[in-house]
Amino acid sequence: MKLLHRRDLVCQQAVELVTDYLEGSLSRSARRRFEAHLAGCPHCTEYLAQMRETISLTGRLEPEDLTPQMRDEFTDLYRRWRSEQQ
Amino acid sequence: MRAGRGPRSGPRPARPILSVMDPDGELLHRLRSGDERAFVSLVERYHEPMLRLAVSFVPSRAVAEEVVQDTWLAALRGLEAFEGRSSLKTWLFRILVNRARTTGSKEQRSVPVADPQPAVDPTRFGGDGGWSDPPEHWIEAAERRMEAGKLADRVRAWLGELPARQREVVLLRDIEGMSSEEVCAVLALTEGNQRVLLHRGRSRLRQLFEDEFREVR
Repeated sequence: MKLLHRRDLVCQQAVELVTDYLEGSLSRSARRRFEAHLAGCPHCTEYLAQMRETISLTGRLEPEDLTPQMRDEFTDLYRRWRSEQQ
Repeated sequence: MRAGRGPRSGPRPARPILSVMDPDGELLHRLRSGDERAFVSLVERYHEPMLRLAVSFVPSRAVAEEVVQDTWLAALRGLEAFEGRSSLKTWLFRILVNRARTTGSKEQRSVPVADPQPAVDPTRFGGDGGWSDPPEHWIEAAERRMEAGKLADRVRAWLGELPARQREVVLLRDIEGMSSEEVCAVLALTEGNQRVLLHRGRSRLRQLFEDEFREVR
């Protein structure tokens, strides 16, 4: 049976560090501990991959295009503003 | 005049491209000098993202639309005074958030940032803190469904269900691609709080992806 080092992370702690890890805001020693945990834990490695995938999938949502009517409205808005300027 | 180059016939290209390479300075110059296409392309780029953010602050889509409309007017009026100390985008979103907050102030927004909600349901871990119910694999299935155009609407709906502050941060970071500094400026958050909200929001979305693909098996 493997003895847990006092400073070893457990999975339940590791999942709470994922964002800090991705943001690069962990201290060097905390990052090392996190990476050491990942190296021995396929589930947390999978979890990290899923968080990356979540970010990637969310980032692929496209803003919907303006309707032609809205384009016209905003063109008018701008023209009114211009005429107020002069 | 060269042969074959008569007066322009037909419409101009419909969509002036406001590329990410377009530096703010150039765009500002065009906006201030009366280039209405520059304004329309600015609106095309930011109207929908601003609408999605505004919905977090106010009770209805209709009110959100008014807030965004007001924001464009305010932006035009403030254009001359804009000094470029932040990016144009950050500046626009700040105007929006200030207006939306005033409009939506009756909503209860004093939810503590550092809620104790964990990233993963604690019952999925054993007494030693290790996974007892480890994450199920879903990445390829999600990719396939996204490619097929059948996932984006679900993700939009999930975003809509996130607590407002988490949604705001996820929208600006992961969809708008703002930096953490920009998001802190727009939403008046500290770095630490921004990160907590981002973590809660992304963790919740990850769980929703897992649930989604567990159900279809």
